[in-house]
Amino acid sequence: MEFIAPSLNYAQLAPMLIVLAGALIGVLIEAFAPRASRFSSQLFITLFALVASLAALFQVRNQSSVDAAMGSVAFDGAGVLFQASILIIAVLAVFLIADQENFTALAASVPGSDEEREAVQADLRVTEVFPLTLFAVAGMLLFPVASDLITLFVALEMLSLPLYLMAGLSRRRRLMSQEAALKYFLLGAFASAFFLLGIAYLFGYSGSITLAGIQESVVGGAGNDVFLLLGVAFISVGLLFKVGAVPFHAWSPDVYQGAPTAITGFMAAATKVAAFGAILRIFYVSFANAEWQWRPAMVIIAIITMVFGSVVAITQRDVKRMMAYSSIAHAGFLLAGVIALSKSGLEASIFYLFAYGVATVGAFGIVTLVRDSAGEVGDLNRWSGLGKRSPLLASAFAFFLLAFAGIPLTSGFIGKFSIFSAAYESGSTSILIAGVLSSAIAAFFYIRVIVLMFFKDSVEDGTSVIIPSALTTITITVSSVLTLILGIYPAPLIDFIATTATFIR
Amino acid sequence: MNALTTMMLLPILGSLLIAVIPSDQVLRIKQAALAVTLLVAVTGVLTWFNFDSADTAFQFVQSVEWIPSFGINYAVGVDGLSLVLILMSVLLTPIVVLAGWNESEGGRWSAKVFYILILVLETMMIGVFAATDVFLFYVIFEAMLIPVYFLIGGYGSGDRAAAAVKFLLYSLFGGLLMLASIIGLYVISGANGGHTFDIAKLSEMHNYMSSTTQNLLFLGFFIAFAIKAPLWPLHTWLPDAASSGTPGTSVLLLGVLDKVGTFGMIRFCLTLFPDASRTFTPVIITLAVISIIYGAFLAIGATDIKRLIAYTSISHFGFITMGIFAMTTQGHSGAMLYMFNHGFSTAALFIVAGWMASRRGSTKIADFGGLQRITPVMAWSFFIAGMSSLALPGLSSFVSEFLVLVGTFTRYPVAAVIATFGIVLAALYILIPVQKALHGPTTPGNENLPDLNIREKIAIAPVMAVIIALGFYPAPLLNVINPTSAHILEVQGFTDPLPSDSAGK
Repeated sequence: MEFIAPSLNYAQLAPMLIVLAGALIGVLIEAFAPRASRFSSQLFITLFALVASLAALFQVRNQSSVDAAMGSVAFDGAGVLFQASILIIAVLAVFLIADQENFTALAASVPGSDEEREAVQADLRVTEVFPLTLFAVAGMLLFPVASDLITLFVALEMLSLPLYLMAGLSRRRRLMSQEAALKYFLLGAFASAFFLLGIAYLFGYSGSITLAGIQESVVGGAGNDVFLLLGVAFISVGLLFKVGAVPFHAWSPDVYQGAPTAITGFMAAATKVAAFGAILRIFYVSFANAEWQWRPAMVIIAIITMVFGSVVAITQRDVKRMMAYSSIAHAGFLLAGVIALSKSGLEASIFYLFAYGVATVGAFGIVTLVRDSAGEVGDLNRWSGLGKRSPLLASAFAFFLLAFAGIPLTSGFIGKFSIFSAAYESGSTSILIAGVLSSAIAAFFYIRVIVLMFFKDSVEDGTSVIIPSALTTITITVSSVLTLILGIYPAPLIDFIATTATFIR
Repeated sequence: MNALTTMMLLPILGSLLIAVIPSDQVLRIKQAALAVTLLVAVTGVLTWFNFDSADTAFQFVQSVEWIPSFGINYAVGVDGLSLVLILMSVLLTPIVVLAGWNESEGGRWSAKVFYILILVLETMMIGVFAATDVFLFYVIFEAMLIPVYFLIGGYGSGDRAAAAVKFLLYSLFGGLLMLASIIGLYVISGANGGHTFDIAKLSEMHNYMSSTTQNLLFLGFFIAFAIKAPLWPLHTWLPDAASSGTPGTSVLLLGVLDKVGTFGMIRFCLTLFPDASRTFTPVIITLAVISIIYGAFLAIGATDIKRLIAYTSISHFGFITMGIFAMTTQGHSGAMLYMFNHGFSTAALFIVAGWMASRRGSTKIADFGGLQRITPVMAWSFFIAGMSSLALPGLSSFVSEFLVLVGTFTRYPVAAVIATFGIVLAALYILIPVQKALHGPTTPGNENLPDLNIREKIAIAPVMAVIIALGFYPAPLLNVINPTSAHILEVQGFTDPLPSDSAGK
């Protein structure tokens, strides 16, 4: 058998390759560099890789091809936008991760053991979180551009495995953190199995594993529709798990709460962009012509997700759990963009993902700063009076909450407006009504936090806002400024998305 | 530069100026706020004189692209209706600042924040009436909730946080329903000539809607405005908010913000959905009559002076709504004039009630007595304001209430007759507190109350002057209002009922 060398378009793959190279260098640093120099070199390598990747992406932003890697990677405008969003969010998140106070001293030590105590005394650092982040980012970059199902699965695992580990690295309440990691891993593995099963059915249906091949079969209508239906259903289970849509959301509150906050922020923002990127690509490219088979179910899931997330968030007493349910509700809003199945739906989704991701990282950045002697304070009741103690940070957090609630003059409003109008334009009146009503419910718990921070007197229990490090300050500042700018003058970004966002078949 | 844009920019620049004044120079801050609001008032009056009342088109128009891909413009312009309301807003703001000179003290935050919020609110009050782009209107409509929320929750009295939240949630709920309708309009405009938010173009869209669609979209707008106005049974937030806010905040809330509701009914409900407006008229007239009578009864039973004024406003807003939906030129002119007059009479009542409350340390009517002898100027001010509120002939409200009733009678005689009882009840709810608080023996605790000082006299004098002058000579306002009301009705084909043969016999 003759061996054919794979032809790769290195320029188009460069963003991913640079991040992977950075990750590998990070592993080498962990292995060979002296402990004292690891943190600074890891941080440098990570940021350098992300920025270089962004620059490489910028070079090829106007290209598009289905042959970036032998038909396994589709490089197109929408892909560029997803990748750029992921990279920007990752940079902001790495600034938060750089504050190592959040992380355990030695991940391998048993909680409460002598080993752990020694590690803390020796002031050890989990610098391995940096290469793990880069591996996850590389997977996320691949996920929304993968154009065959095997690559898609590889990307899914590539982004998930590091996240499972990272979720367990919390410095405090380590058992809870490890429980979260295990839960995430087990449920994630379960979802991956469904995803694989879906691939098998779709292969059985179309005899192809490429998105374009499946689309041809759907248009041709030759295959067995039962296989198609099962394939779409199982693949959706795997993907909806990643975005935390009801009824596949059970992991997210526990993981959001248990994981180190910086990781929660990264996961909440970047994973959502990557996973929705993949969902949008699959449904827009492969299943668009079979919409009668999946759209009704997707509408129901979207509505349940919005309403459930908003309603359950009301009862939450922990800020990270509240954000988890809020992100479930937002997943529901984002599914409206999938259901819209139109160019404006795609554009709206991309804008929404970017705006939501940036605001999420910023909000979690603030959560990392509210602490007492035992670490972060998640209990919302202890956030009361925060506006008195540190008005600037409380105002920024309130601003992010208003953005999540979709109040005008924040990016959240523009996102909400564009995604709902896209959904309604394609005929989903029920989505519009459910979306608006659950927004009203959601406003209730966002505003409750604002009331707590500004209108309640503070409790004297040692809760305080620590002075943020320079990097955390940058993240919070950049996120709030972007949220404001995208709320007041979003036209440049919207126009850029409108000219760029297309899926190549 | 465009007069309206200038008027909107001035308060924003003023708030920046105040932001750089050190917080401890409270007097400087107050003087700056007063100077800025006076400057805006002067600009407003100049605009008034430059307005051509014979021209029914929008004047002082400016349109700049804002988010072109959604067809959104920053578009402003005024007709007689919006000009009158803008004039009212810019005249009331300096009066509020001067009358409530000390009300920023004792709040949760500094005086600086108070005046920044007031000035930001002033910009939005002008913008909300001047916007001729529905999206711009919505953005300001929602965004202006935030300053009011913080004004009530941060500087009010009593259970201010709860009142602020109730106000915000009610308004947000209405706003989100309106958002759904706006999205509906946007999508319909996209299918019929391209996406736009221009009010003139959107006013033709009703030709392309089914009557069900039109009714639903109408309800989205109407419920939002009925919450704002407020109309029974959506009024329950108002007494809490008005009695918890500072007197100045309550003046702006009742005098200006609630007018956005009735303004919106004319500008949006009637103009955009003429057929649906006709369909719902019987229901709305009924609700308006209930509001008139119910608000009056609540006011009669009120023991708290600030709540009493809030209840009288519910009754007055009933009159305004009835005048609007009578769909006669007289009813409309009356309603528009009523909006202006109600602004001033409520301002007078609230300002004087605020002074009474701060002197006596109580808002209970029962705690006052014999003020006529101790504080004659304050008592007379309250008396005149009260007489204006019950529409005594010779004071401004009489003209408007009379026009509303006459305009309604030609089409809905039963409603007009029942509403007339509202006037009788008004005499009760005003004269009872006048008798208890101003007349009779001086009750203990009131012996040493000081009368109005020079600043307070200067603040209340212009309000009294307007109330009396417009009572005798309403022509300057009516000359501007009449062509507009005739034009608005004519454009969408509403006609006055022909005088029947029996008329005059």
